[in-house]
Amino acid sequence: MKEKEQIERILQDLFSSQKLAVLGTHQAGQPYGSLVAFAGTRDFKNLIFATTRVTRKFANLKADSRVSMVLDNRSNRVADFRKAVAATALGQAKETKGKERKKFVKIYLAKHPHLREFVSSPTCALVRIRVEVYYVVWRFQNVFELKVRP
Amino acid sequence: MTPYTLSLPEIKSEDHPRVGGKGFALAVMARGGLQVPPALCIPPEAYLEFVTSTGIREKILMELDRKAFEDMRWEEIWDTSLRIRNAFLQIAIPESLREKLIPPLEAMFSRKAVAVRSSAPGEDSAKTSFAGLHESYIHILGTEAILEHIRLVWASLWSDRALLYRKELGLDVEKSTMAVLVQEMISGERSGVAFGRNPLDSNQAVIEAVYGLNQALVDGTVEPDRWFLKRETGDIISHHPAHREKTLVYLAGGVRLEPLPLEKQSTPPLGSSEVGEVFGLSRKAETLFGSPQDVEWTYRGDLLFTLQSRPITAGVSDGEDNRSWYLSLHRSFENLKSLRLNIEKEIIPQMLEEAGRMAQIDLAPFSDRELAGEIERRLQIGKKWDDRYKEYCIPFAHGMRLFGQVFNDVLKPEDPFEFMDLLRGAEMISLQRNRMLENLVRRVRRNPRLAESLRRGHRKAMTPEFGKALESFLAKFGDQTWSKTRFDRDPKALFALLLNMASREPIRRGSVEKDRKALEKKFLSRFDGEEKIFASELLDLGRASYRLRDDDNIYMGKIQAQIVAAVEEGKKRLRRKERFCPAQAEGQDVARALRDARFVFKKPVSSRMKPEKEKEGVRGRQLVGQPAGPGIAVGKARVILRPEDLFAFKPGEILVCDAIEPNMTFVVPLAAGIVERRGGMLIHGAIIAREYGIPCVTGIPDATSLISNGTRVTVDGFLGIVIIGETSLP
Repeated sequence: MKEKEQIERILQDLFSSQKLAVLGTHQAGQPYGSLVAFAGTRDFKNLIFATTRVTRKFANLKADSRVSMVLDNRSNRVADFRKAVAATALGQAKETKGKERKKFVKIYLAKHPHLREFVSSPTCALVRIRVEVYYVVWRFQNVFELKVRP
Repeated sequence: MTPYTLSLPEIKSEDHPRVGGKGFALAVMARGGLQVPPALCIPPEAYLEFVTSTGIREKILMELDRKAFEDMRWEEIWDTSLRIRNAFLQIAIPESLREKLIPPLEAMFSRKAVAVRSSAPGEDSAKTSFAGLHESYIHILGTEAILEHIRLVWASLWSDRALLYRKELGLDVEKSTMAVLVQEMISGERSGVAFGRNPLDSNQAVIEAVYGLNQALVDGTVEPDRWFLKRETGDIISHHPAHREKTLVYLAGGVRLEPLPLEKQSTPPLGSSEVGEVFGLSRKAETLFGSPQDVEWTYRGDLLFTLQSRPITAGVSDGEDNRSWYLSLHRSFENLKSLRLNIEKEIIPQMLEEAGRMAQIDLAPFSDRELAGEIERRLQIGKKWDDRYKEYCIPFAHGMRLFGQVFNDVLKPEDPFEFMDLLRGAEMISLQRNRMLENLVRRVRRNPRLAESLRRGHRKAMTPEFGKALESFLAKFGDQTWSKTRFDRDPKALFALLLNMASREPIRRGSVEKDRKALEKKFLSRFDGEEKIFASELLDLGRASYRLRDDDNIYMGKIQAQIVAAVEEGKKRLRRKERFCPAQAEGQDVARALRDARFVFKKPVSSRMKPEKEKEGVRGRQLVGQPAGPGIAVGKARVILRPEDLFAFKPGEILVCDAIEPNMTFVVPLAAGIVERRGGMLIHGAIIAREYGIPCVTGIPDATSLISNGTRVTVDGFLGIVIIGETSLP
């Protein structure tokens, strides 16, 4: 199944090559985008990011856990029209606690070791997005949907 | 002199990679004392400045990456190339670049006619020759015209032919460049090609010559006289005179094929001393370049000019693909004219005759063994016509392309496919058939009792008028098949179609007649005198090509119908004997089963599949293909996997199929939109969709497996996009 393989390869590449992604939340219907350092789990089911609890994005996702995250590999060059790929993930965000936090911190710091101090701060929340679906775009306009089994 | 032009004496050996093979070869020959036309080389820097400053590079990238090359058919590659070419036509050369190009061009050529030729860097470094992949234009007069043709030569870096050989050429949007050679036109009275070494016998040289311009020799329109010579001494071994009838001459701004005057028909274009002179030229070129050359030459009066020289190579290898066949589809105007004559006067009448002969044969008295033989004979006939279709009919489709290119050159329309509006209106057989169907449908719509009798399949209860109209439809189109279904064998299927069509509003084809007339006038107004005649003839040829693209398949359908008739007779007999015979059994197997009582058919594999992608959690959401019919349509998808699916088609649905065969176009008027796996602007589906003004997207890989029946689909025929699932569009 070439599309499924292609989508999974794109996601794997984005997970390993990209450090930052754009998180989408909203406040009373007003969309709000934030750049965050992210990590993804191998099964594509989870996207993780860290944020302090006093941020607007954290307040937004506490009020409504439905979020989006855009991952992409654009380089702001002409070649992007040919090579750039993007994936929009939709899912539910929730701060991790206890064992679950421990497990995800390990994955997160393996990708962003320099954020150890930040993540260890008592004011920092490690948020997990349970992904429901990815919309993956390549060749400028080809869009495929990958549903993630819970 | 600015660095954006180089005259031949200015070209040094280190410039070779920049100026390309052609430009460099001319410089070497000029320095070596050969008579070559004065020329200016425009190095790749000018191309790079043009594509960078105008944003055309991004446009090329986007066009080339609509979909994976591996998924593109040759026709889609042609479409892609045409879009890129149109972008080059649309965008003028920026002022800063014009300032660098115009003064040297005017100083050297002033009011002289020139040839504007491609000279792609690296094209002669390949082991095989890629001659003819890029464009050259001859008899260009005036600086503005030269600049326009420089753009066209640049565009030909992305010609369909070059794209086919993209790997061998190392085509890369970010790196590939094109040098251009502007060369004074030498209108020779006698021209030809000299091969310093005969590719078939290394002890020989070959000289070919024609009266007039050698363009006709190169593209095969005029047969040349041919001399074989000893390579060592230049002695003539043999002379093979041509059947001299025509000559290509320069007339009123263009070239034209003219009858050759009688006195020339009986005289070879070269005398023996001239053959010696041309041979001497090829030897000199060989000495200059260090290997045997393929030299193009022309005589103006007694003066022998060398037009170009390149090493003799093995030519483009065909390998295991069809690319050289695709290349052969590029035909000249003259070649297409004779092809048309052949198709109209011989191929089609023979096809009809062949189908008619088969229809006369009563299969009932045949023994099973005889019937098996007849099925095999008909399958052979089918194969013969398939081959002839490929040899004659497919190449004729290039008539549309040739017309389109000329149309775009003179009118520079924003839509590179606007030319198709001018080809429309040709009376295609499938449209005649659809009109007859519509006539039947009108009667059904008006008469509920008739509709009821059709629903029950009662032929007897029909009104006499309807019966008459039905008979005349069946007489003309009853033998039409789509896959394994024939209207006259299965009237219930036809009745279902009529009832289906009757359940929606009558088809209203938009009146395009007025617009078409205006566009035709606009097109022809760009030509004068002799050229106007050529333009009208070309339009006529384009229309014939457009019409025949559809019609010849209807004729092929008539042959197919006779094969089906014999196969169906075989199946009927097998079933009568209570032998298992699947409905979709192939003719070959039916023949075997008729001969051999022990033959067992394989159980058919169900083609009714759920889109497999969905099962694994993957769903296409937005798919990119080619915009083949402008407009937007939203509706439920009807995926056609088997012939029966076609009859379940409901008005207003989106037809999703692998390819629209001409024999199934009767369902097209019912569709709100069309999605086709097979790609291209000039394929049957696209042509018929345009005729009915139905939004159409072609070239969606896996269309029938990514889209499932009943799913809401949006067809964006402007951009060539299909959106699966609900959208906010009305």
